[in-house]
Parts: sequence; structure tokens; C-alpha cells
Amino acid sequence: MRQQDHQSERFTPDKEMQACGLFGVMDTTGKRFGGDMAIKAIKNMKVRGNGLGGGFGVYGIYPDYQEYYAFHVMYQDKNQAAKRLVEEYLKQNFYVVYDEEIPTDPGVKVFQPPLVWRYFVSPPPRKKGTEENLTDDEYVVNKVMSVNINIEDAYVFSSGKNVGVFKGVGFPEEVAAYFMLDKLYQGYLWTVHSRFPTNTPGWWGGAHPFGILDWTVVHNGEISSYGTNRRFLAMHDYYCTLYTDTEVVAYAVDLLMRKQGLPIEVVSKIFAPPLWDAIKLMSEKEKKLYTTLRTVYAPLLLNGPFTIIVAHHNEMIGLTDRIRLRPITAGSKGDLVFLSSEEGAIRAVCPDLDMVWTPPGGEPVIVRLNSKDHLLSTNKSI
Amino acid sequence: MYSFQLPEFIIDRAADRCIRCRVCERQCANKVHSYDAELDRMFSGEKDCVGCQRCVVLCPTLALNVRPRTSDYRPNASWTRDKMQNLKKQAQTGGVILTGSGNDKPYRIYWDHLVLNASQVTNPSIDPLREPMELKTYLGRKPDSVKITRCADGFEVETESFPNVAIPTPLVFSAMSYGAISYPAYLSLAAAAKELGTLFNTGEGGLPEHMRREYGGNAIVQCASGRFGVDADYLNNAQIIEIKIGQGAKPGIGGHLPGEKVLANISETRMIPIGTDALSPAPQHDIYSIEDLSMLIYALKEASNYEKPVSVKIAAVHNVAAIASGIVRAGADIVAIDGFRGGTGAAPQTTRDNVGIPLELALAAVDKRLREEGIRNKCSIMVAGGIRCSADAIKAIALGADGVYVGTAALIAMGCTLCQKCYTGKCNWGITTQDPFLIKRLNPELTTQRLVNLMQAWSHEIQEMLGGMGINAIESLRGNRDHLRGIGLEDWELNVLGVKGAGE
Repeated sequence: MRQQDHQSERFTPDKEMQACGLFGVMDTTGKRFGGDMAIKAIKNMKVRGNGLGGGFGVYGIYPDYQEYYAFHVMYQDKNQAAKRLVEEYLKQNFYVVYDEEIPTDPGVKVFQPPLVWRYFVSPPPRKKGTEENLTDDEYVVNKVMSVNINIEDAYVFSSGKNVGVFKGVGFPEEVAAYFMLDKLYQGYLWTVHSRFPTNTPGWWGGAHPFGILDWTVVHNGEISSYGTNRRFLAMHDYYCTLYTDTEVVAYAVDLLMRKQGLPIEVVSKIFAPPLWDAIKLMSEKEKKLYTTLRTVYAPLLLNGPFTIIVAHHNEMIGLTDRIRLRPITAGSKGDLVFLSSEEGAIRAVCPDLDMVWTPPGGEPVIVRLNSKDHLLSTNKSI
Repeated sequence: MYSFQLPEFIIDRAADRCIRCRVCERQCANKVHSYDAELDRMFSGEKDCVGCQRCVVLCPTLALNVRPRTSDYRPNASWTRDKMQNLKKQAQTGGVILTGSGNDKPYRIYWDHLVLNASQVTNPSIDPLREPMELKTYLGRKPDSVKITRCADGFEVETESFPNVAIPTPLVFSAMSYGAISYPAYLSLAAAAKELGTLFNTGEGGLPEHMRREYGGNAIVQCASGRFGVDADYLNNAQIIEIKIGQGAKPGIGGHLPGEKVLANISETRMIPIGTDALSPAPQHDIYSIEDLSMLIYALKEASNYEKPVSVKIAAVHNVAAIASGIVRAGADIVAIDGFRGGTGAAPQTTRDNVGIPLELALAAVDKRLREEGIRNKCSIMVAGGIRCSADAIKAIALGADGVYVGTAALIAMGCTLCQKCYTGKCNWGITTQDPFLIKRLNPELTTQRLVNLMQAWSHEIQEMLGGMGINAIESLRGNRDHLRGIGLEDWELNVLGVKGAGE
């Protein structure tokens, strides 16, 4: 994993800049539903994208294979050699229970579609050598990183259990039509992203959501602290290969929540911490908490404008930066909870909302299965 | 014996302006100017002039003009005037040529080949006059992770933190010892640090007892090879304890404070007899290896009850990255790197001008190495040596520094003109002298204010540039080399700096 060490960091690729539209919807009872709402909502925010990238994250999508890690692997330029290498690698390192090409609608014209294949795999019960003591999750992360870094033209889009990420170049509704999301799949949590890159042509790997294991991130903004964040994560063996600052968020979430076990309430205060002037006025206990977080995790402060929707099984979190340079709105109707860049998009799919609120900068909206935790964010909302 | 030396400066005196007030005569410790009462005329003996400009600045009628005398000999790119003068001096004395201040040779200054980024359209720049712009910095070791537990009213930190020192701006005054500099100069640094809430560094000459209570809270105290002025009280009154291994201006050699400068107060502070030379050995004689360093680090931590970060200061030399890594592994909480343009009160000129490497390259290499080894969080990096302005400081932070030592720039704020004669003890500006007549020229109150002004000005400038990049907390720029681009640098230099070329 340290192969890049001898090379100067001068050669790390530029990150790309982008503005975007985000939307997420979750049924807090876990009831599964189709992609119609997500597709219609993002279509409503068409000006937030420019047709150079769209994508969806769907939770509860593969109930029949929920014991297995579902890999969505993209082969750029339909590179068969890459596919052979990946399949050989998977065979060596996993038990592949089933694989198939992800069905697409040939009638939908999209820009240079890659070959996208899915594999349901499980790690060997006894791992070899230095990986002997790794948990399954850590083992999977290592292998995914290895494919992304080492095998040219192959990128693992999606690697969680019972989760699927679909993304590509085009407006999100085109990507949805291409993968036939409205017809083939159901889930209890959908996130969707429409992308407006400003400095790179679209490429399929660069679209959102970005995911590792069952974590997915969609993101709007340009993180000014990218260099600091990226280099800190590299110290923890996360190497950014997809050239987007969203990747930084995804890895940071993985490091803090999965590896270090920090709760999302705390993680959101690492990404968007209170100002020192505010910390000064807190109680001694809080002062200690926030000072510790700000000093230890200073390199993971996400500076500059961002809104993110982070999801994993049973949870969807919306967060905007500490001085609120990007918008986010939350809404609810019965068991459904929505997060969106614009209120209009929520109303487009659910005109008779029970509640709509705008959380302030740095205050997360946490939507949990079988809970009303998302209402906590209304305390400080505008 | 004739010295064969040519004067270094030419003194022009406008006869029609000179009013024979004799200010120049009184101001010059080198006795350059003299008055002839019979002729009612001022004379200037140019051969002793060091070009400190004191007389020029204080002349009430601006009658004086002191300028370098540069082109005496037949021009020769190889045998320059400097080289020839030095040869003649050595032929006369048989000694080592001494000098003061930092390396003045035209090596590449990388700061001048690095440019900063600013936000346009895709993310907004932030106006520091209207929005918070945080420069607060914590110096010291950070744990790898934090364990948090949920409690009734929120969350609680379980992980025990290492001692850290908070400073409101990442600017700190460099190590300059009492003895090398005068008491008012030393006091001004301490008082300015106190007013700003930042730190000053005592250097290796101790901290006078009567200052400990008042200024200890803003002091980095040094423990150097001579161990001058080190006792338990000295260590425990400080914020940070620094082990001085090397100095950028003179890597590999120790210090020498001549006995003439060791007057009563200095003798007491340094804990040595009056009038004895204060010699700091080249190495610390109890540190001949990395494990010895570790023992001293822990001895100091033990002596201060593990309540203070321990810093290790090294000169930037060829394999500085590996050395820094060893220092962190030996238990240091801060690594201070002193580049070869760092100042000194006295050093052999040949060492000052030929030993060590530029700070910029050393810093880039150290930061990269510590990250590769996964131990960057275990220490803070302080950098020193030739930081001339706020832009140099912010570029250092973008390359990977946590904090920046300001030495020569602070002296210039006090009045220093870089005449490089600190080692003579005849500083006309009252900075690097112990002459009771000369030190009176420095008013600690006014000097403190000048230093405070300087640091505040730099902090404002850093905030402006930071906001321009769309960043509102200094930690988000630390090591963020994406915000730097190189201009006019060669490929290998960009590679070492880890910075793309402009337009790349």
C-alpha cells in the first residue's frame, strides 16, 4: 500500500471542482420502495447538474444476497484485459458466489458507457499471511483499494452488503434509465447526486455516490482543505484515486466511524467544528471534548463549502459546512424523511409534507431506522 | 603589521548640512566619527565603519550617507572582494573569520519561487474582516485517535491528551539568548510574547529568575549543550522545553559567548562565574546517539512532571528527514528545524555560509517522511531560519509546518540593520551588546510595541491570504501543498517540495 512513497506528491492528480444537487430519502420503518421519488426529485433540480455525472445509492437492494459483499466493478472502455485481471484477483482472494453483467437498457444513449459487472463475494473464512487477523470489512477495503490502485481501467464502484451504487456520465435521470433503476430495484434508502464539474470532463468513476463497504457519500462543494485531508488520510493508508474531494469525505467517514468507532454526532463536529470563540464559552466538559476533537482531528476539518449526505445501513446523515456556504433542507412525511439541496425538489415528490426545516451550518440531520432522531436537528434549525 | 584591508563602507558627509552637533560621534561605538574643535569640523575614519546606519538615521540634518564600498579591486567573478578581504584578514591574524546574522550568500530562496492560491467562483473566498478567521494553533503531540463515550448529556472524552500549548497565531519568537542579546531586547521579546499570548524562546542563556513568574507562561526554555541556566525551576516555569541540538547558522558547532559579555546579571542567569567565556560544546556530551537523546527527553519530561511538550531543535542538514523521524520516535513532541539562513550572534563565516540546507527543502522532506511513517501527528513541526514576512510564514505552513519561529525579522523590527557585527558586542542599536551605555538605547516599552505591531500585522496578512484561499482555519492549510505552485524551479526541486509547477 505504500508503493507511492518514493514518488513526489507533486504527481498526485488534481482534484476536480464541482457544484451539485443532492437528494436523499429514507423510510424509517425500513419499508422498501422504488426509485421514482429519487429520480423525479433530482430531475427537479436539473440546473444543479450539467449532464456530466449522476448516480444513485440504494440500500436494501439485494435481500437475496444480503450475506455477501456486492461489488459493482466498472471496466473503462470495456477493457476485457482489466476484467480478466480483476476476476483472477477476486478468485484468488474471495469466494465468488454469483456474478453477472449489470443489466442496462441499450435504448438509452449515454456517453462512452463502460462495462459494469457485479460480483457477490465473501472473504475466505481463514485469511492468509499478514491479513490473518483482519476483520472481513478491513479485508474487503484492502482488496478494493488494491484493485482501484493497481488494475488500470478497473474501478470498484460499490462494495457493501445489500447496497448498490449506480453511476455514470449523463444527467441522473439518464443514468437511472440506462440502469433501469425505476423498474428493477427497490430499497428503503435512496441517495442521488447530480453533478456539475467545472474543470474535468465527466468520467464514470468520478460520478457520485462514492462508496466503500456499505458507506456512500454524495457531496456538493469544493473542499479547500482537500490537500490537508488527503495527506492525513494517506497516513492511514487511504489513497485517493478518483480525483474528487468526495472521496476524501468517504474515506474520512470510514476511518472515523467504522475504524475508530466514533458516533456520527461527533464526526460531524470533526468535519464542521465550532469556532474557538464558541468553544471558549462552553462548559468545562464540552470545552475539553471540542478542544480535543479540534486538535487531534484538525487535518480532517472540511474547510470550504460543502453539503454531504452520508449513508450506511440504517442511517442517513445530512451535514453542511460550519459557515453554511452550501444549502441543505430537510423534510418529513409520515415515516419518510427527505434531505435535499432544495426544498422544491422535496415538494415535487411529496407536496403535503408534515415538516420542513433548514438545519444550520455544522448541525447534522441524523435519520435513523425506527427512530425520530432526525427531529433533534429541528431544535437549532432556522 | 599593515592590515592590507580596505574599508567596507564609504561615508559621505554633506558639509553644508553638518551642524557639528556630534550626534554621530556619540552614537558610534566603533569610534568612526570624531570632532576637531580647532577646525570646527567632523572627521570620519571609514576603516572602522560597519555600516549599521545608526549615525545616518540619527543625524538631525540628514547630512550623512553611508554606502558599501564594493568595487575596489579589479572585478573578478571568482576572487571576489569578500574573498580577498578575508584572505588578507586571515593572513594577518591566523584566525577563524567570525560573523553574525544569517547566511547572506545568493542561494536560491524558495519562498520567492512559491506562489499561493486563491478561490474564484467554484468556492467562495472569505473576508476576514466580516467572518471568523482562525489562526489558533496547538503545539505538541496528538494521539492517533480519540475514544469517546456517550453520557447522559452528550459525549465525553476518554482518551488522555498529551500536553499541548495553544498559541493564538502560529508565529513565535526565535531562540535568542540573554547574553547574545541585551536585557532590553530580551525583555521586549518576552513582553511582546506575553501581550500577544504567543511564545518567545529563551535560547540557551537561561531565564533570569525575576522574569520567570511573569514571563514563564510565554517561554520556550532551551536546554543546550552548555546547560547554562538550567534548573528545575527554570524548566517548570516554562510552557515548552526545547533541547537544542543544532542551529541553522552553524550546524555542527557550538556557541561562544566571550567573557567580556558575561557581566553580573548574565553570570547569574547562566550560572557561571563573571567574566568567563560561556562555551557550549558542539554536541551535547550526553547525547552521542538517538537513544541518548531519548533519555534526555524523558529526563526533562520527568523533571517537569510530563506536563510540558518537549521540543528538539536541529539544524537543517542533508539527512534531516531521517533525523527528524528518529527524534519523534525518541519521544519528542515538537521538532524544530532551523534552516541555513537562520541568524546567529557569532559564527565562523565559513560554517555560516557553507553548511546546511535551505529550510524550505528540509521542511518539505521532514513533513513527507513523518507522514510516510505515519507519525506526523505525534509531533508539531516548528520552522526557523530566514522567515522574512507573513508570506514566507504562510508558505511554510502550507508546506507542512505547525508554527513559525521569527528571529531576524523581530530584530529588524527593533532596529537591527543586519550589519553582521553582533559578535563584536558593539551593537549601536543596543541589541547584541552588553555595554550599559549602548543598551540604554533600546526602550523596552517602545520595542515591545514594535514587536507586537509586527506580529499583528503578519497575522492580519495571513488571515487575508487564508481567506482568499477559501479557508477559515489555519489547520486546513497545514501541509496543504495543493495551495502552492512553483515558479522558475527545476524538476527535482518541485519533486522535493512536493509542489506542482504554476499552470500544472
